Amino acid sequence: MSTTGKLELLSVNKSFVGAETNHVLADIDLNISPGQFVTIIGPSGCGKSTLLKIVAGLDQDYTGSVFINDQEVSDPSRDKGFIFQEHRLFPWLTVEQNIAADLSLRSSEVRQKVDEMIALVRLDGYEKAYPKQLSGGMSQRVAIARALMRSPQVLLLDEPFGALDAFTRTHMQEALLDIWRTNRTTMMLVTHDLDEAVFLSEKIVVMDARPGRVKQTIVNDLPYPRTRYGAGFQELRSLVLRALEQPGETDESWTI
Amino acid sequence: MKISKKWWKGAIIPVTVLLLWQLASFTGAADPKLFPAPSSIFGDFYSMLLSGELYYHIRISIVRAALGFLLGGSLGLLIGLLVGMYVKVEEFVDPTVQMLRTVPLLAITPLFILWFGFGELSKVLLIAMGAFFPLYLNTFLGVRNVDKKLYDVARVLEFSRFKQITKLMLPGALPNILLGLRLSLSVAWLCLVVAELMGADSGVGFLIQDARSYVRTGAVFVGIFIFAAVGKLADSVVRLLERKWLRWQDNYRG
Repeated sequence: MSTTGKLELLSVNKSFVGAETNHVLADIDLNISPGQFVTIIGPSGCGKSTLLKIVAGLDQDYTGSVFINDQEVSDPSRDKGFIFQEHRLFPWLTVEQNIAADLSLRSSEVRQKVDEMIALVRLDGYEKAYPKQLSGGMSQRVAIARALMRSPQVLLLDEPFGALDAFTRTHMQEALLDIWRTNRTTMMLVTHDLDEAVFLSEKIVVMDARPGRVKQTIVNDLPYPRTRYGAGFQELRSLVLRALEQPGETDESWTI
Repeated sequence: MKISKKWWKGAIIPVTVLLLWQLASFTGAADPKLFPAPSSIFGDFYSMLLSGELYYHIRISIVRAALGFLLGGSLGLLIGLLVGMYVKVEEFVDPTVQMLRTVPLLAITPLFILWFGFGELSKVLLIAMGAFFPLYLNTFLGVRNVDKKLYDVARVLEFSRFKQITKLMLPGALPNILLGLRLSLSVAWLCLVVAELMGADSGVGFLIQDARSYVRTGAVFVGIFIFAAVGKLADSVVRLLERKWLRWQDNYRG
């Protein structure tokens, strides 16, 4: 079930034309190799979520190109799994029905894959539960299972743990790494949480706001499994923090 | 389910009223011409049941209501879905429907009689018209109330148009559709009474009208009771469906 895609962004630009033109994304170039875990971090308004929506094909109002395995992205599709900030499960479907979604659980092939996914996200015993009976972390795990069910080339995660409490978030980060280690799906995760970026990814893309652009790309080669206490972790964390706080070239009018 | 344990709470008020009523008849405080004792009404009910009179009228009324409800309700559901799904259809259809909706049904009744006569057709069409609006409005509302964010999910998961309707739109709109169904049923029942009181030679409405002209007050009460009982029964069936199909809802339950 491991399918991993190469992701390539070539001078992606997006602007809102209003009273004054607002450059949301300026010349974003990005390369993500197959199986890589990349996080995008930046202040709010830097266009990081917009960038993810463009890769997903959900936002088609931009210039430039996005390639997945050298195929240009135009529409949303199953080979780009997307995890929203909220779980967005169908409230009228049980856990297993949500994971199957439009596929029929009566097919033995689907059944088997759904069971595999439930085991992968450790939700055994909750197959027949409705979303209202699940905690935030469990719901998000169902959402992840639903995306992975389609064997995506790349999994796009838009601040997936932002709405969870600190304990659940830490737990979910470990769960996600676990899934990534077994599945090796290419991961592109947007966050505003420094620790999350340092803990999870192999590459950290630091973005700047107004215009949204890539400020710095930091390679994170701390060995997995990582701990949050080590000197290496703290050192890298400061590095990312410095990159975030460093004034950009066009940053003469900083506003909050 | 908790119903079996709690049903008696709902029975306290009607049972008390019946007892007081019986007592008032017994002591002669109530005029038997206007308020026959519950026991005598039950006697009327029993004899009408035995003679087959009751069954005959109920059957006719139910067939009328069912035909009208099926016709109007299914049209309301279908057009409500279409209007909810396509803004283009909404722009063309909704203003007209909203305009027609404000016309009181009683005002249209004479016109229906002129057009379709006193026969079954005018009755069924009147009921259909009444049943149409609640289902139309609530289906439309239901489709528009489906969380927009879930449509993004359907896009990402590449739902076919058909799956989008069956897996997202219909279940999302179901709470409203079922509410519309309940309202439509009660309106259909109401219109049935209007249609049958207006001029009919059979049906529970006729039974009431006929009993009134012969001052068979007990039979009038039996007719009213039948309307109440069948109406409540139909409503209970839909509520049962609600409980079965809307288990997933996470709402305040009092």
